[in-house]
Amino acid sequence: MIVGVLVVVALVLVTLSFRETNGGPVTSVQNAGAAALRPFEIAATRVARPFHDAYSWFDSLLHARSDQKKLRADNVRLRQLAVQNEFAANEIKQLKKLLQFKEGPTFPGDFNSISASVISRPAGAFAQAIIVSAGSADGVEVNAPVVNGDGLIGLVTRVTTHASRVTLLTDEQSAVSALDAKTDAAGVVGQGPGIGATLALDRVSKDKDVRRGDTIVTAGWRSAQLSSLYPKGIPIGVVTSVGQSDTDLYKQVQVQPFADFSALDAVIVLVRKTASSAGTAR
Amino acid sequence: MSWTIRAAVLVVLVAIVQVSILAPTSILGGTPDALLVVLVCLALLRGSVAGAVAGFAGGLLVDTATLGTLGITALLLTVVGYWAGRYGETTGRGRAHAVPLTVAVMTGLVAFGGLGLHYMLGETVSAHRAIVTTLLPAIPLNLLLAWPLNRLCRALLRPPTGTQRVSEVQPLV
Repeated sequence: MIVGVLVVVALVLVTLSFRETNGGPVTSVQNAGAAALRPFEIAATRVARPFHDAYSWFDSLLHARSDQKKLRADNVRLRQLAVQNEFAANEIKQLKKLLQFKEGPTFPGDFNSISASVISRPAGAFAQAIIVSAGSADGVEVNAPVVNGDGLIGLVTRVTTHASRVTLLTDEQSAVSALDAKTDAAGVVGQGPGIGATLALDRVSKDKDVRRGDTIVTAGWRSAQLSSLYPKGIPIGVVTSVGQSDTDLYKQVQVQPFADFSALDAVIVLVRKTASSAGTAR
Repeated sequence: MSWTIRAAVLVVLVAIVQVSILAPTSILGGTPDALLVVLVCLALLRGSVAGAVAGFAGGLLVDTATLGTLGITALLLTVVGYWAGRYGETTGRGRAHAVPLTVAVMTGLVAFGGLGLHYMLGETVSAHRAIVTTLLPAIPLNLLLAWPLNRLCRALLRPPTGTQRVSEVQPLV
């Protein structure tokens, strides 16, 4: 009898929660419950932090020598690239001024950054999401892009007063319009077919040039009243394999994300400085 | 302190540890589920109704803390608590293999049940990820947790000896 009642109550809750829009009674109760649990979650995270840091320290020691070699080589290459980019940026600025070119919001100039720590994560494989410690009281809005030091993480899909749920790029529901930074080949980044946190760049025409090692960034397109939720130029990942077959309409491009989705401690939520009246799409 | 209060405190603490510490930990693609293991141990010790109530409460806490669809984890863990409790009440209690066997079976049940529930709700879920990538490493991880958490549950929730065990059934007529 008791078990039957519990099952029915759970089913009713699933139905109400699934059908309800933001701000309904069930959502409000859930938000209040989440707010009440938040201090305990933060306390648990802080207790576990030293152990987690110790593990990370030993783990990083194992890779320190090979990382050092790679970083030295990267440093030399990036120094040269920085000088070239500085010249190119100045040139672009002047050309845009000449053309009176209007563009969509750019990253990071047109966005406010809200730093937040990761306080919890849904268990299991069904939701690729994290809960972060910043909410509407801090200025976080639904559909705000979320990044960390490595690149794009995902999108805010639910906001409470002091916490937000961020759906990760590795979630089945996520899709980001993106392009190859080198060749401008455009596509849509979504969950990849492989094991682990790999992504796929889909909808890339066969005539477009995408090569292994190319960097994929957000496209940040703008068309009439619609603009992408993501600003242009946020790094997403690097192309690890490119394939195409006669039967497929598009190239099969696998992307290794820059961000390590299994070890997210802190993120930055990007909120537009000026609220746009234009519609948004991914 | 009565065993129900100890059980309630244990479930709340383990649910918080699960969402804050264990869920973000990925080991070989899998995530240990301490809440599920504790529920199985509790249900085997205290029966199906206690297991179902603890499962419902623990699942509701997880759904609330993770801002997910309310009731999904609660429903899955209610079923886990009830079935584990029924196994304990019938043939499982006192057997050495009862805890690891139930933990392994229930880990699979939660994966397949969750997949079915999300499918029914029309949410896109990768069956490969849920079954192959996550479930296969999750079973050994949960089995590793089973021994210490079972000891903990036994220390906190074991019924007094001699009052619960029945050695034989005598016909009334």
